Amino acid sequence: MPLPFKVSRIARRKGLSGLGWALAAVSFVLVAAPLLDILYTVIRKGLSALSFTLFTQVTNGISGGLLNAITGTLALVFGALVFAAPVGILAGIYLSEFGRGRFGRTVRFLDDVLAGVPSIVLGYFSYVTLVIGMGWQFSVLAGSLTLAIMVVPYVARFTEISFLQVPNSLREAGYALGLRELTVITRIALPLALPGILTGVLFAIAIALGETAPLIYTAGWSNFLWNGKLIHEPIGYLTYVIWSFINQPYRSAHALAFAAAFLVILMVLLVNVGLSIILRRTRPMRPGPQ
Amino acid sequence: MTIRPFRILLVFVTSLIPLALLAVFVFLARYSWPALTFNGWHFLVGRTWSLGNLYADPVTQRGVLVPIGADYGILVFIAGTLLTSAIALVIAIPVSLGVAIFLAEGLRSRLKVPLSFVVEMLAAVPSVVYGLWGYAVLTPLVAHTLGPGLRAVLGFVPFFAGPIGSGYGLLAASIVLALMVVPIIAATVRDALARVPAETKEAAYALGATHFEVVRRAMLPTVRTNIIGAGILGLGRALGETMAVLMVSGGALNYFPSNIYSPITTMASFIVSQLDSAMQDPTGMAVRSLAEIALILFIISVVTNIIARLLTGASRNASAV
Repeated sequence: MPLPFKVSRIARRKGLSGLGWALAAVSFVLVAAPLLDILYTVIRKGLSALSFTLFTQVTNGISGGLLNAITGTLALVFGALVFAAPVGILAGIYLSEFGRGRFGRTVRFLDDVLAGVPSIVLGYFSYVTLVIGMGWQFSVLAGSLTLAIMVVPYVARFTEISFLQVPNSLREAGYALGLRELTVITRIALPLALPGILTGVLFAIAIALGETAPLIYTAGWSNFLWNGKLIHEPIGYLTYVIWSFINQPYRSAHALAFAAAFLVILMVLLVNVGLSIILRRTRPMRPGPQ
Repeated sequence: MTIRPFRILLVFVTSLIPLALLAVFVFLARYSWPALTFNGWHFLVGRTWSLGNLYADPVTQRGVLVPIGADYGILVFIAGTLLTSAIALVIAIPVSLGVAIFLAEGLRSRLKVPLSFVVEMLAAVPSVVYGLWGYAVLTPLVAHTLGPGLRAVLGFVPFFAGPIGSGYGLLAASIVLALMVVPIIAATVRDALARVPAETKEAAYALGATHFEVVRRAMLPTVRTNIIGAGILGLGRALGETMAVLMVSGGALNYFPSNIYSPITTMASFIVSQLDSAMQDPTGMAVRSLAEIALILFIISVVTNIIARLLTGASRNASAV
């Protein structure tokens, strides 16, 4: 490239390298700025909408409180864990301890595939099978099961990884003492793998807290507090408020939407802080996002 | 041979995961079967989605009971899905590479953890909150700043010219999707860069390369398959994303986007936005046709994920979660 003045080859290469680093830094800013703006917007508008009645009253049309949605979200996430935690943990144990054969490899692969299925597809599946097929209608059970299918691959994965990190010599020591397989797994490997399992469960909670699409046609929506019925009874949840109330042309509806977003973000942030504390305390096994 | 109840229990529970995947496919296919036979290939190339006359008596066509004039074609939504995902990747891949290089090589180790946390938080923000931000911040920005700016610079290309409208549409949806897939691609590439052997780097240094030249010429080529795999993983995520797109896309029905500012609808967001009205169809064919969209999305996501996993390698690590 002919320049009006003479630039040494070294200077040009240094200049281009500097430009490269600058572009890399700019990309980071391009990503960090929207995140900060998302947090800033949600916290500013959410805090101004926050009030005591939010936690004491149920929604009344498009105003009132969020008590029904808060308790509903907690019920749905808890319900999802009831199914996903045992299945995911046991599957993870199988994959790490016995999963070297063809069956193990297949399951590991399909576990990844299941994690990649769009949540709306799982939601529609549940709508077709549980809500219509089984006749459960919009219900806690249908919503929880859908969330459980969504998060179970993550629990299985985290459990598998944390069991794999338990040194084999410890297992062998257990066998040398004459312990049975079950005892070696539950008494020796499990305590060491526990922080990793907890990470997986927290990760699952964070995902389940923020989901919307698979719940709209499985859990429905309700203005009332959940009455404890597992089926035939729709339930409210926070993410529905965000999606649906922001489209209403009323200030009270917008305030509720931002308050709900604030609560969801706050819960997800708390779970993530918990995650990073556990991760830093244990081994430097840092799982990436998603 | 001894019977080990614990192992049997483990195998039984573990097989629930592949069974769930199989069940999703089988039940969606079974439920949408009447729609599949009624729609045929027209489903993929038809441009109109019409529920037909829901008040008249339904008629039997191709052996299936449907409302008069019912016509289910999703080409417009396929176009919306592919366009949003493609534009999102065009934005996200270079940005992710920059972020990955910045995090893996451009920082002192003391800054690495907190700044990586920023990218991890981006992945943790729920989709519906992205939608809310898109509604409150991004669409006005697109309508008043980004859109006019883009048109001023690239307006000579027809796709970037023309009316900008309300800000809801292709551009806003693609930007939101790009933000959502950047953490996936950036984290995968960052971890791949961190695993490049020190010998490779040292060899490049020994040839007199600057630090950035080491990254650009020695490290990036060794992680090329990881970049492609991560890109496809991101694509899979973008194709199926629902809520964020639904809230900023403008919800176009039955027309193709004329430029990058036009309203669009994707397959995933169409399912959510249309189920309520589909339930009004007494023959149930509309709900079944929506199930057919879900089935197609399922197949697309499975295929993209399989390709991505094969490319990023069978030996997964913690970062590939």
